[in-house]
Amino acid sequence: MVATLRFTLWLAVAVVAAAVLGWLFRAVLTRIAPANAARLLRSAPLSASFGMAVIVFYLLVAILAPTIAPFGEREVVGAQFMPASSEFLLGTDNLGRDMFSRLIFGVRNTVSIAFITTALAFAVGAVLGLLAATVSGWIDQLLSRVVDVLMAIPALIFQLLLLTIVGTSIINMILVIALIDSTRVFRLARAVAMNIVVMDYIEAAKLRGEGLWRLIIREIMPNAAAPLVAEFGLRFCFVFLSISALSFLGLGIQPPTADLGSMVRDNATLITFGEVTPLLPAGAIALLTVAVNFVVDWMLHRASGLKE
Amino acid sequence: MTEAASNKPVLLTIRGLRIEGRSDEKWNEIVKGVDLSLHRGEVLGLIGESGAGKSTLGLAAMGFTRDGCRISGGSIDFDGIDLLTAPEPVRRGLRGKRIAYVAQSAAASFNPAHRLIDQYSEGPVQHGVMSKAEAQRDAMELYRRMRLPNPDEIGFRYPHQVSGGQLQRAMTAMAMACRPDLIIFDEPTTALDVTTQIEVLSAIRDIVAQFDTAAIYITHDLAVVAQMADRIKVLLHGEEVEEADTRTMLSAPREDYTKSLWAVRSFERGAQPALPAADVPVVEMRNIVAAYGPVPVLHNVSFEIHRRRTVAVVGESGSGKSTAARVITGLLPPSSGSVLFEGQPLPADYRQRSKDQLRQAQMIYQMADTALNPKHRIREIIGRPVHFYLGKSGKALTERVRELLHLIELEPDKFIDRLPSELSGGQKQRIGIARALAAEPRFIICDEVTSALDQLVAEGILRLLDRLQTEFDLAYMFITHDLATVKAIADEVVVMKDGRVVEQGPKAEMFAPPHDPYTELLLSSVPEMDPDWLDRLLAERAAGRAGGTVQASER
Repeated sequence: MVATLRFTLWLAVAVVAAAVLGWLFRAVLTRIAPANAARLLRSAPLSASFGMAVIVFYLLVAILAPTIAPFGEREVVGAQFMPASSEFLLGTDNLGRDMFSRLIFGVRNTVSIAFITTALAFAVGAVLGLLAATVSGWIDQLLSRVVDVLMAIPALIFQLLLLTIVGTSIINMILVIALIDSTRVFRLARAVAMNIVVMDYIEAAKLRGEGLWRLIIREIMPNAAAPLVAEFGLRFCFVFLSISALSFLGLGIQPPTADLGSMVRDNATLITFGEVTPLLPAGAIALLTVAVNFVVDWMLHRASGLKE
Repeated sequence: MTEAASNKPVLLTIRGLRIEGRSDEKWNEIVKGVDLSLHRGEVLGLIGESGAGKSTLGLAAMGFTRDGCRISGGSIDFDGIDLLTAPEPVRRGLRGKRIAYVAQSAAASFNPAHRLIDQYSEGPVQHGVMSKAEAQRDAMELYRRMRLPNPDEIGFRYPHQVSGGQLQRAMTAMAMACRPDLIIFDEPTTALDVTTQIEVLSAIRDIVAQFDTAAIYITHDLAVVAQMADRIKVLLHGEEVEEADTRTMLSAPREDYTKSLWAVRSFERGAQPALPAADVPVVEMRNIVAAYGPVPVLHNVSFEIHRRRTVAVVGESGSGKSTAARVITGLLPPSSGSVLFEGQPLPADYRQRSKDQLRQAQMIYQMADTALNPKHRIREIIGRPVHFYLGKSGKALTERVRELLHLIELEPDKFIDRLPSELSGGQKQRIGIARALAAEPRFIICDEVTSALDQLVAEGILRLLDRLQTEFDLAYMFITHDLATVKAIADEVVVMKDGRVVEQGPKAEMFAPPHDPYTELLLSSVPEMDPDWLDRLLAERAAGRAGGTVQASER
């Protein structure tokens, strides 16, 4: 009973803190941003400004990781599984490395890899999808059927297969995950663009004699942006999971490089002892995911022109 | 009928109704204190331009508001029930059963995944009025009364398998399913051809009279409302301008605004000087045969359009008039025949035409909503062709865009950085015109440019087009199904039916007898302001005159 009450209390405190953080962040941003951006930011709901605050925080952590972290990423600094103390803020892990420093480096590695992968998947998938819908005919057929074949193979198995063929490295992992994720983006982009290419303004642009590239980038892309942006938020989270899964199987980010996914696994034993430390990397992923989706929701809301 | 109706008990009373809509983060009043009363069996016509609040008011008569709207004051009393305070279940019980609604676009309002008769039965079964079998029998009966072809069988089709006019009648039958006391018709014939419109109008009128149903008939077409309504109420910006019974309103309107509505149809372009004998037409279609895949659409179509001339291409939907435009623009290469531009043959496919050939022929679309990229600002929409064809950029480009905005009578400073969504329908259409002008063409295709607009706005557009033609020596091809527009703007008329040119010639000849029977049907179908027009026309058709012998091609 008391535990439930305390949990509820903490939850309420967390929500209020998040709202206050969002409000403060928005207040600061509107103060320092140029007039145009400030007006836009003022319309952001608290959830979105909270999300932006969290994202900025992660970015800072990722960029400044070596400065913030008290110890090195791979440095063994104490005994195994030491409890939290003033020296080791979150204790040490299964090999005696500082958990806090590992967490900071983990954010840097995982977030940047996930972001690059998602961006790559989107660049390839969206451009090809829009191209297929615009040109139609045999190019569309060819691309769509290739994508069908790729999508027919279970993603994880396919990733394992490709990584076994090309060899394990971070670059290869990024390319492989991006390739497989881009098929999903392709599908979406093509479906969305199909509804746009039949509009009169596209016909008008074609009759004007516009080239294919301009047609796709200037005329179609802005109108397809809303669903693509929403998908980006979702995809970003899935990529996290993919990286963690691959790391777990020993094909992703290789130890001793810090990675949020494998940190959970490495320290899982501690959960048995009632310690929350192994959940912190998972929490870090969850927080970023939520933050990204808050921002994406807002952008989607704006882009779709929904009022109230 | 009017006197008889006013003796009957009052069915609906609206007092001081105020409705607000939310936009730009604040509430704006859409309906500003309107009173309305309706007797049993009476038809009230609500007219006004778009944004006048007529649809909002019509929906409010059901105790309903669209999302983002709220009723902020007044009262709505339907047969002793206060629709504003009644709990939602009571209101829901009324809707569909005692108050029904017929939407503007039946094609968009029917669920495409269910058969007509199943959608018909839904209301009566839901309200517990009939069993499903009874409802189906009843549907066939009403389909017969709405004069739908094969009434016993048509209900088992899906919405896409019947024509637009039939669908609209099926929807009216559906509204009748529970024999409601009140039906709200929201522009039920606006999306239809004139020939189809007649059938829907007479069917609606008969069925409303047969069941003694009261109706609110919302439209912006005065001639239509003159046929349908016992009384007319004119709305402007959410306020009542005046109300009177139909005949009084038509013969002696009191307010200036009403008079201006009545006067709309007066614009007519003067006769043009005769063409020089050896004038080379700007555009000539020579024996065009075209098909969509295996379906032939155009059969041996030829006509020519000269400099400073407007050729109106008239016909119902499916007659091939828009296809003719697609052939000229090169979107649909013909299977034989050729398109000549100032005597020179154009490549059949637009992709093979030179930039200059593309520049010379521009197009203005029917739906300005879909013709302007919603993500581009006016500056870019108009500026792009200027930059693309004429190579202007930077300051010269901005200057030219401002000049074009001046030409279409929009203030540059106010509009140049707006998005299309921030414009009204008429303003959007003006931007469409400016985009076509920006290319400095010789020839412009206007594809039903005024049919989505109110009459006052449409008239403004027609006058603008007329002025621009003289100023820039343009040739127009004007595609329309509205003969009033043809009368206003055309020099020559081409009548098309089923992909063939039925008749063509100068306007004066076309509008004077003798006509081809199909032209006769089209001409006689244009509603007139006379409230007896529909009765007279139906009588004449029954006697085999006024195109009564021609079957309009239902598609």
